[in-house]
Amino acid sequence: MYTQALNERETVGPGEPVADAAFQARIDAEERIEANDWMPEAYRRTLIRQISQHAHSEIVGMLPEGNWITRAPSLRRKAALLAKVQDEGGHGLYLYAAAETLGVTREALVEQLLDGRAKYSSIFNYPTSSWADIGAIGWLVDGAAIMNQIPLCHCSYGPYARAMVRVCKEESFHQRQGFEIMLTLSRGSPAQRAMAQDALDRWWWPSLMMFGPPDGESQHSDRSMQWKIKRFTNDALRQKFVDATVPQARVLGLAIPDPALRFDAATQHWVHGPIDWEEFRQVLAGNGPCNRERLAARRRAHQAGAWVREAALAHAAKQQPAARAA
Amino acid sequence: MMSEHPMPLWEVFIRSRTGQSHRHVGSLHAADAALALQAARDVYTRRGEGNSIWVVPAASITASDPAERGMLFEPAESKIYRHPTFYTIPDDVGHM
Repeated sequence: MYTQALNERETVGPGEPVADAAFQARIDAEERIEANDWMPEAYRRTLIRQISQHAHSEIVGMLPEGNWITRAPSLRRKAALLAKVQDEGGHGLYLYAAAETLGVTREALVEQLLDGRAKYSSIFNYPTSSWADIGAIGWLVDGAAIMNQIPLCHCSYGPYARAMVRVCKEESFHQRQGFEIMLTLSRGSPAQRAMAQDALDRWWWPSLMMFGPPDGESQHSDRSMQWKIKRFTNDALRQKFVDATVPQARVLGLAIPDPALRFDAATQHWVHGPIDWEEFRQVLAGNGPCNRERLAARRRAHQAGAWVREAALAHAAKQQPAARAA
Repeated sequence: MMSEHPMPLWEVFIRSRTGQSHRHVGSLHAADAALALQAARDVYTRRGEGNSIWVVPAASITASDPAERGMLFEPAESKIYRHPTFYTIPDDVGHM
């Protein structure tokens, strides 16, 4: 999953006011915008940025989990983790394809990721130091992702919305397998239980940060809401996540690492303590625990695969005259 | 940084198990048709979504122009006599 509001504000060009108004009317009427339809340049740029960041997040998100494939504690866990990481790769592909319908090439998007210009979700710059982290990622990170992604299934841009429908169908397995890992550990030996608690302690706050800065500081929420790219604010989605997750932690018998967490009877919501936004900014700026490692791994994989791409293209070029002659 | 040749784009169509027509499910990049089919199988049918795949070079598709939507499709809107509900049949005729 993993979009979040980490973009800079768009400077809006003079545009074409009449066409803009007609476009907004289509959005207001809940019509879907399709690839060849007229759209304001700022809408196109916003979508390219958001969808490609989302795609990059899926691809980089394969790395922290891939770390545990060879060390999964059983064949069942290994098969599930392998399937999950393969899904993330698939989600990246659906999303890159959606971004490409807006007129940007796959090669350009990959280049932006590899040379460090493009952003991806801050959550994947944290290390997976124990097996319980795989449980915590599925439960919390994919849980947060689902909160973010379900509204995107109804976003105004058709290709993005359709890609999200596929992603959401598959994401539910990710969260359930993560919760099952946490449940098994939390009902296991004291050491396993401590391992689960430690994972929750480390992943809780970064998961809350996945929803992006608080509404007051979010850079371009208004426009995205007006264009129905975004349907809920960062804080509203974060609240939904906290409300859904706190009772789940109780089932696990684990403590959420927030001494200020309390249930507000008046609003019927769980109120969390202050989030360390300086940590979020640092991770986004490239100073998280694993930023350099993640990009280095992507670059290595891309370079190591270059000969395969070249060979496939060379083979295709060789076959083409033969196919024509046949 | 990279000077790679772009991989051709393919549109993917899948026939679901329920025996429907092939439906467009998405697209992917691949060097040739055989690799496109294999990638389509990995990307779009991981959970038994279908039992037949078509891959078509995206460049081979000719699409109608959205600007001509009115000219192409509006004439059908006024031809309500093409629908069965346009015709009144007495109730005692029963289902027809």
